Amino acid sequence: MSTLAIPRVEPALPAGPAKRRLSPWQTWGLILIAPYVLVFLVFVVYPVGYGLWLARHPASYVRLVDDPIFARSVVNTLVFLIVGINLKMLVALLLSGFFVTARTWIKWLSLVFILPWAVPSIPTILSIRFMLNPEWGIINHLIFRFTGADGPNWLNEPSVALAMAILVHIWKSLPFWTLILIAGRLAIPAEMYEAASVDGASGWQKFKFITWPSMQTLYLTSTILSMIWTLGDFNSVYLLTGGGPADLTHVLATLGIRYLRLDQVDLSMASIVCALPLVLPLVYFMMKRLSK
Amino acid sequence: MKMPTLKGVATEAKLLLIGIPVLLWTLIPVYHMFLFSISPKESAFAGKLWPDHPTLHNFEVVFGQKHYYLSHFWLQLWNSLLIAVTVGALTLLVATCAAFAISRLKVKGGRTIMNLALFTYFIPAAFLAVPMYKTMGNYGLLNNQWALILAMVTIAAPYSIWVLKQASDKLPYELDEAARMDGATPLQLFRLVYLPLMMPSLVAIGTYALLLAWNEYLYAFLLLSNDRQITLSVALGNFLAADDSPWELLMTVGLIYALPPAAIYYAFKRYMVGGLTAGAVKS
Repeated sequence: MSTLAIPRVEPALPAGPAKRRLSPWQTWGLILIAPYVLVFLVFVVYPVGYGLWLARHPASYVRLVDDPIFARSVVNTLVFLIVGINLKMLVALLLSGFFVTARTWIKWLSLVFILPWAVPSIPTILSIRFMLNPEWGIINHLIFRFTGADGPNWLNEPSVALAMAILVHIWKSLPFWTLILIAGRLAIPAEMYEAASVDGASGWQKFKFITWPSMQTLYLTSTILSMIWTLGDFNSVYLLTGGGPADLTHVLATLGIRYLRLDQVDLSMASIVCALPLVLPLVYFMMKRLSK
Repeated sequence: MKMPTLKGVATEAKLLLIGIPVLLWTLIPVYHMFLFSISPKESAFAGKLWPDHPTLHNFEVVFGQKHYYLSHFWLQLWNSLLIAVTVGALTLLVATCAAFAISRLKVKGGRTIMNLALFTYFIPAAFLAVPMYKTMGNYGLLNNQWALILAMVTIAAPYSIWVLKQASDKLPYELDEAARMDGATPLQLFRLVYLPLMMPSLVAIGTYALLLAWNEYLYAFLLLSNDRQITLSVALGNFLAADDSPWELLMTVGLIYALPPAAIYYAFKRYMVGGLTAGAVKS
């Protein structure tokens, strides 16, 4: 890794008197790191501690588990993560293969393709929300024009609405993950593919024996990271369905805010605490990968 | 010219068969937004794919603040800009200093702080939102734009420090030693050697934090509520409050709001993709 560039000397050793407790380099180090430490203490440590303190009563958890919306939200979150993320990563893997094909028009297409990632999510999610409007939305207009039948009431059927929220999430973040996997593919030496072609390997064999072995670590890391980020994806659900109909499409990220708006802060914090068993293993995995 | 072979045609056809759906999938929601912004309300609601009479009337209404929902449009645009720029600058300041201290000065405990920051980065921001909201209330900062600025700096800083530290570790250590031999103070090293060499990463991180703040919705709508203080993103969400929302105006504001970040993204694409995406998963 990059640390190779750094010789293994103790860099902080002062050139001057050895007895002084802090060299000017250490002093300046402490001064320069202080602003972040301050931010961390005031806006991370205190809020997290205070939040856990608010969620200290066992009664909050009893009420939370009794709330059918909580169970529904957990299920929705799991569906979002397991179905949504795996679908997204699989499509990103396939598309990364498409985008590394050497064609001028594919180069241009890749520029257009990152548009969903480049534009803010709020206006585009609202745009999709209106497209799905049962009476005036363009999708049902088109369905009516071509089939003469009324289109479905997209956002009023909980499972369809959740599926739409997942699609919105995929629309927004697919470009990012495709870019990552393209970078992964481009890192594979072209000679390996040339050698395989000479030996008469099929496209599938090249994928199985060259592409996948070189990319599987990247793919797994990307999937885990995407799951962590998706746990915090508030916008896709909130701006598309608002958690409705009848609070049946909430995920854990929107549920906490729902309780907050209902002025039930203890339930809000309790629902976040309940999400921790899901979050912490994923975070632990990422920390192991990145903090080397 | 060479005659295309049958196999060649089949390959191109297969590529197009992927390319065209990808193009449509990507563009339709954005096109739909654009379509609404140039359509009169009746035309937009009639499901037309192109208005009979394209008009800039919606932009006139927005820029002239001639609608109830738009009475503070310019102020809210200014709020978004001011908050985004402040967050970008503050994040850059905090993160550059921290990365320099950890990576070049090897400050004691730097590794621990790096790991704590990384841990914060992986906690989904939506989970931190509720405690952050309560905390800002305790600090008496609710409805104050500093609450949003400080919250966004908190969220943007960990990743920024991490990326800057990675980039900083790659600079040869001999540079520091040479500077020390010449009797440079830590601050001189920071200003004259470190900052110029780190410029590409600093641009990437400043842009990252700025866009993060401009695009933020959840924290902005929790921490700010006064019409004169909210950002444009919150104003967009507020359109949904009514059943008869003027969607053509909402989409017009949305388009205006989406253009600056998209332009910045494309302008700095090289930095963004090189500096950020590579750092995000590789180790």
